[in-house]
Formats: sequence, structure tokens, C-alpha cells
Amino acid sequence: MSGVIEQRKATAIPSADFDAARIRKDFPALHQSVHGKPLVYLDNAATTQKPSSVIETLDHYYRHDNANIHRGVHTLSERASAAFEGARDKVQGFINAAERREIIFVRGATEAINLVAQSYARPRLKPGDEILITEMEHHSNIVPWQMVCEQTGAMLKVVPIDAAGELVMEEFYRLLNPRTKLLGVVHISNALGTVNPVREMIAAAHAQGAVVLVDGAQAVPHATVDVQSLGCDFYVFSGHKLYGPTGIGVLYGKAALLEAMPPYQGGGDMIRTVSFAKTEYNALPYKFEAGTPHIAGGIGLGAAIDYITAIGLDAIAAWEHELLRYATARALEIPGLRLIGTARDKAGILSFVLDGVHPHDIGTILDHEGVATRTGHHCTMPVMEHYGVPATARASFALYNTRDDVDCLIAAINKVKEIFHV
Amino acid sequence: MSDLRDLYQEVIFDHNRHPRNFGKLADANRHADGNNPLCGDKLSLYLKVENDVIVDIRFEGMGCAISTASASLMTERLKGMKVADAEALFRKFHAVITQHGHDEESAQLGKLSALTGVREYPARVKCATLPWHTLEAALHDQGVTASTE
Repeated sequence: MSGVIEQRKATAIPSADFDAARIRKDFPALHQSVHGKPLVYLDNAATTQKPSSVIETLDHYYRHDNANIHRGVHTLSERASAAFEGARDKVQGFINAAERREIIFVRGATEAINLVAQSYARPRLKPGDEILITEMEHHSNIVPWQMVCEQTGAMLKVVPIDAAGELVMEEFYRLLNPRTKLLGVVHISNALGTVNPVREMIAAAHAQGAVVLVDGAQAVPHATVDVQSLGCDFYVFSGHKLYGPTGIGVLYGKAALLEAMPPYQGGGDMIRTVSFAKTEYNALPYKFEAGTPHIAGGIGLGAAIDYITAIGLDAIAAWEHELLRYATARALEIPGLRLIGTARDKAGILSFVLDGVHPHDIGTILDHEGVATRTGHHCTMPVMEHYGVPATARASFALYNTRDDVDCLIAAINKVKEIFHV
Repeated sequence: MSDLRDLYQEVIFDHNRHPRNFGKLADANRHADGNNPLCGDKLSLYLKVENDVIVDIRFEGMGCAISTASASLMTERLKGMKVADAEALFRKFHAVITQHGHDEESAQLGKLSALTGVREYPARVKCATLPWHTLEAALHDQGVTASTE
């Protein structure tokens, strides 16, 4: 049902140095039609499309360099190892980690959080200790901590959000106390777009002796992240939301903390010597990378970082902010549309509901107009509960989106209203 | 290309806006809840069954147009029907909305055939079948929440 079509023309943009129309050419998947309409891809918070450079990197790796890493003396293994470790260096530079051994490759943000929960928190927490998270966390930053609480007898505490979808900071300070051993907080909310004041929260948590994990899955594609400047102890993100492959993600952890943690999984690559009497674990980062990793994924992630670094995250952030501003203004012109998440500091996510139409119906009709959005609870059921809605429709922007995309979204929402007579 | 009007027929809108048999059933002797966790549809189904006949049936809940209309149409159709006939009807309904080539069964569905449009929308089949899965739970496994997952 899909075919290659002419690329749609992007409207003139205010920032002269950002050319979304040119950028669109780098993303093959954008150039197709869906139900006979040009695809308008606005589900970037779920996953982003991949630039040709990433696709070609994966293709090149499998065609020319495919080998297992860290063990072969043969040429292909050396090439694959160098490319994979080169990707680690790129990640280190991308988030400004102090050392390359602080970058652990994992499957994604979810696995990174589970690693910290089981390897850092579980051995340390005792009954009476507290883990502090927020009401706007993704399920992946809720459930691993609930599991640790069950395992250790620690208590889970939750910072509430207000009507705009911002954290109630007075409550944060009230809930934070010397029993708080760990703070888990999302940098940018996937359901609301809220940008949280993580720098302030990290400093406050440290003052109470708590370590801090920041879920950066939605943040790294849209803002410059400097883990040393933030001061966080752990920072996690997924490659596929950053224009990279699925199945690869990153755990950043301060070396001293990672050194003190037991391995998460046992196997090959994470050991130095093995005997039945005693096994000696490998050094960081390999201690946490048991088994053959997603080599192609890591290398592909490196290519994705190269791609967005060349464009510049500040320019990307400014463009996405302009798209959000435009989309918000246009959405508010639609009678019966209610925005879910109206924080003052917000990234490119437009979550909304329509009077008289369930989000699931919105999603189907938008798809018929070629507009891909996410509808559902966005793995944030507590947020849905807070707003008293079963689900929302969500448009989320990426660097290749244009004002034309926003116009198509608005036209498609109006089509929903027309079909439903609301 | 599938036409949106095949999915959203007027009868669907009618039953979505004015669901029949909506609300609790005071003297129900069968009850089950159903939910579709992916899209947040929730449904409670109440039945009064006497001598293997569905004497009365009502539902309440919150869902998309497809699931609400499907529940409404189902309750309308099942009232007064024998339990065994209701289950046979679900099998026909399920076949028609998931596969092509069931013209004979389709002809027997009556107003329920308004939902056959979901066949072209795999992600929406669960919306249409949720009330029926909840019916099965109410008849056989009371207390278990029916789920489309």
C-alpha cells in the first residue's frame, strides 16, 4: 500500500540555518504514502526514523566487517572491535562522560534501569529505605523500583504532578529525606513533554545522600546533555529514539559506583578468568556486557550520533521548539481539543484529547489521512489517571518534521471532528 | 484501499452516541469486567440468565466508538437468546470480522455486520471483540477480568 512519492515541500522556516526539507531527504522511510496520502510521521517519541547514513552503516558492517569482537586476532574481528569501541567513544563524547568505561551498552533504557535496580539498589537497600520517583515516570522507571522494593522491603515514594503536568517541587522537597537512597526521574516526559528541573533535583538529592538515575530516553534526541555538568550518578537512554537502531541503548554510570556494583548478568566477555573455584570479573565497562553485544547496533548508534552532532543539537532543539509553538497555537484553535501537558518548559510533544472522540478512533482516522501518531496510555498509566482520561493522542516531533506536517495534523484532526460530527 | 466509512458506519456512530442497555443491571446473576490495556477500553457486563436463556443484559464502561458500539449491538442482539446460541453467534461474528470468505455467516449477523469493517484494521479487531470476550468470562469464569491481550 505504500510507495515512494515526491517529497513534500517544506514551508519557509524562520531559522535560516535549519533546513528541515533538506534533512527529510536523509530519511528514506519518510518518502512513502499511507492510505494514498503522503506519510506524516509524528510518532517520534515512540521511535524515530533512521537516516541513510545509519542504514548504510549497518549494511556496511554486515557486508564487510561482521565478526565477533574482543576475541579474534583476525582482521574482521579487529575491524568490528574497533568500530564498536569507537562507537563507545562517540557516546562518551555525546553526553560528555568523564571516562569511556562509564559507558555501558545495553538493549535500551529499560534494561539500563533494570541493571541499576538489581545491581546497585537491590544489594544496598533495607527496610525503611526509600526510593523516590515521580508521577510522570514511564512504566520502565516505575516497575523495576517496585520490584526492588518487594525484594528489599524499601518504600516507593512518588512526587506528584500538577494540572499543567509539572512536578510539584514543594512535594519533592517534602518527600526527599535522609531515608531516600535513590531518586529516579525522567528528564523529559514522553506523555506530557515536560522538561524537569533535573539539575536542581540532583543537587538536592545529593545533599541528602541519595544517588540519582535520570531517564533520558526522550531528552538526548532533543537537547544537549552533559552528564558531568548535571552531576547525575546514572543516565540512561535508547538508541532507537535517537535515530539509531532498536535493541541498543546506553547506561552511563559514575565509574566509582559501577566499580562497586556486582555484575548484572554472567557470561562471556564479562570475565577475566574462569575456573570452578573462582571467577574474576572483567574491568568496566565489560563487567556489565555479558555475551556478544549488539555489535551492529552499537556501531549504528555511533553513526546516528555523528549524524545529529553534525546538524547540532542546539539547532535541532530550536527547530523542534518552533514546531511545538506552532502546533500548540494551531491545536488550540480547534474547539473541543484539550492539551494534556502544558508545562512552561516543554519539549516537542503534543498530547491531546478531543471531546466526544476516543483517542483510539482519533488514531485510526489520522492514520487514514497519512498522519502517524501514538494513541494510548504511552506506558504512563498514572499520568492518564491524574488527568482522568483513559488515553491520549500524541504527536511528537523530530528534526525532520515541518510546519507542513503540523498543518496536515491539524487538517486530519478536523477530519476526525467532521466524521464524528463533533 | 479501505474506506473509513466501512469502519465508521452510521450504525456505529448511533450506538456509540446512544448506547443501548447502558448501565448496571440490578438483578444480574452473571458479571464480568473486560479491558483492553493497549488502548484503555474498559467494560463491565451484567447478565441475568434463567434456564440457559439470557433474560436481560446490560453494560457500562468507557471505550472507543468501535468497542462501545459493539457492546451496545451485542446486548441488543443477545437479549432473550439461549446461551448456546449466543456462543455460536460469537464464533460466527469472530470469523467474519477476522477473515474474508464467511459470506454465509455474515448474512446471519444482522446489524452486527456493521462491525465487519474492522477486518481491514487488525489493531481494531480487539475493540470489537472485547464485549464478546467479556461475555465469555461472565458465562464461564466469573471474577476473571477478560483481556484482549
